[in-house]
Amino acid sequence: MPMSLESTLLFGDTLPGGATWSHVLKRGTALRITDVEGGANVAAYFLNFDNRSERFNLPDTLKAQHTARLREGHVLFSDMGRVLCSITEDTVGWHDPIAGISNAGLIEKKYGKTTYQQCRNEWYQNARDGFLIELGKYGMGPRDLHATVNFFSKVVVDDLGNMRYVAGNSPAGSYVELRAEMNVLVLLNTSPHPLDPSPVYGPKPVELSVSRVPMPMRDDRCRTLCPENARGFVLTELYFL
Amino acid sequence: MATLNFTSSLKPSSLMPETALHSFIVEAGEPFVFEILEGQTLRIVDLKGNQAVDTVFYNAKDYSDRYSAQDTIREQGNIYLTTGTKLLSTEGRVLLEIVADTCGRHDTLGGACAAESNMVRYDLSKRSMHACRQSFLKGIQAWKHGMSKSDLTSNINFFMNVPVTPEGKLTFEDGVSEAGKYVELRAVMDVLMVISNCPQLNNPCNGYDPTPVEILIWDKHV
Repeated sequence: MPMSLESTLLFGDTLPGGATWSHVLKRGTALRITDVEGGANVAAYFLNFDNRSERFNLPDTLKAQHTARLREGHVLFSDMGRVLCSITEDTVGWHDPIAGISNAGLIEKKYGKTTYQQCRNEWYQNARDGFLIELGKYGMGPRDLHATVNFFSKVVVDDLGNMRYVAGNSPAGSYVELRAEMNVLVLLNTSPHPLDPSPVYGPKPVELSVSRVPMPMRDDRCRTLCPENARGFVLTELYFL
Repeated sequence: MATLNFTSSLKPSSLMPETALHSFIVEAGEPFVFEILEGQTLRIVDLKGNQAVDTVFYNAKDYSDRYSAQDTIREQGNIYLTTGTKLLSTEGRVLLEIVADTCGRHDTLGGACAAESNMVRYDLSKRSMHACRQSFLKGIQAWKHGMSKSDLTSNINFFMNVPVTPEGKLTFEDGVSEAGKYVELRAVMDVLMVISNCPQLNNPCNGYDPTPVEILIWDKHV
């Protein structure tokens, strides 16, 4: 996919299925995640790297933007009223913020038990353990893991509140781009979505690329999506004064 | 997937308030922190109607194992909490089960109001208004045991109505609760309950009039 003319590619990487990744995405850079084969799921969690008690807050994000789905134009709010990341590009249109992540019990129940001893790196990994280990590398633990989002996956809710996973939401080549509005510790995990009905453990890889991008202007699409986002950007800019 | 019919989830309780072991009134704008033992039954009564009761539960022996909104709704296949809902912890334990409910629908996606989120949602001038996360912080700081903001996770809003549409819109609607409606939960293990009786004045979650609620707890063998 061609990068915008003003952006400069800093690095690229491939994250295999079932893996965990973290990176301190600096203010003024953007992370693009590309679903190379189609059908990927990328669980994601975000913290302010400079003060890790400030984290992604799912309810604040949904309430401010009156949404239970994420797409281009939406932002990810911290618990402090600031914008961690903006979704500046998105070819999918629906990313799931409500169904949460897989854990060891869920993966074993669905796909069977595997051990590293038997399967080496083909063992079935889960998102919760992956996130906890990755948080541990920054001196954090289970208390620091709060609600997460699932990029490329879709879960709809009917009028009675019933949740339904929608397969085929993300064709091959789909991508989403997250612009960091703060210095954001981004954690990603590519385990299967916990509601994916496939009986076979087959998590998909994604391509990651980080670019330097222009700061959001006054008419930025994410800033102007709703008055709530405009106020979130004001609070974020105050933090960097 | 569970199919919860809104009216069929209504279920009254046979427990009599006179036989309760503990009873407390929690005024709007106040935190309330209390341990509930395995087998005990908790009732939260919306005394005046349309009150939001922001609540988090923790494994009493390990606060890092705590209520998980996402696991709870995913495993029951429905975003609303009502009779039959098992409140799951982050480590997959059942903390409590809702055993009676005369309201019929409780929210767990809307989270708790905060000074900072009020600034985003309503106006930058709202910073000084009281909010649930002020109460939560005060409550857990007074409880001690090393609790801090990291322990404040996505909560339940008893009596609050936050519908999601099939198109993925999320709205705050007038409550479906009325004066005297209640929800009752049985503790499946020893849990710590942390409540903020919501002081919000900027949206209809409390009908713009935050009011007291009653907490009743019955012992295991009533």
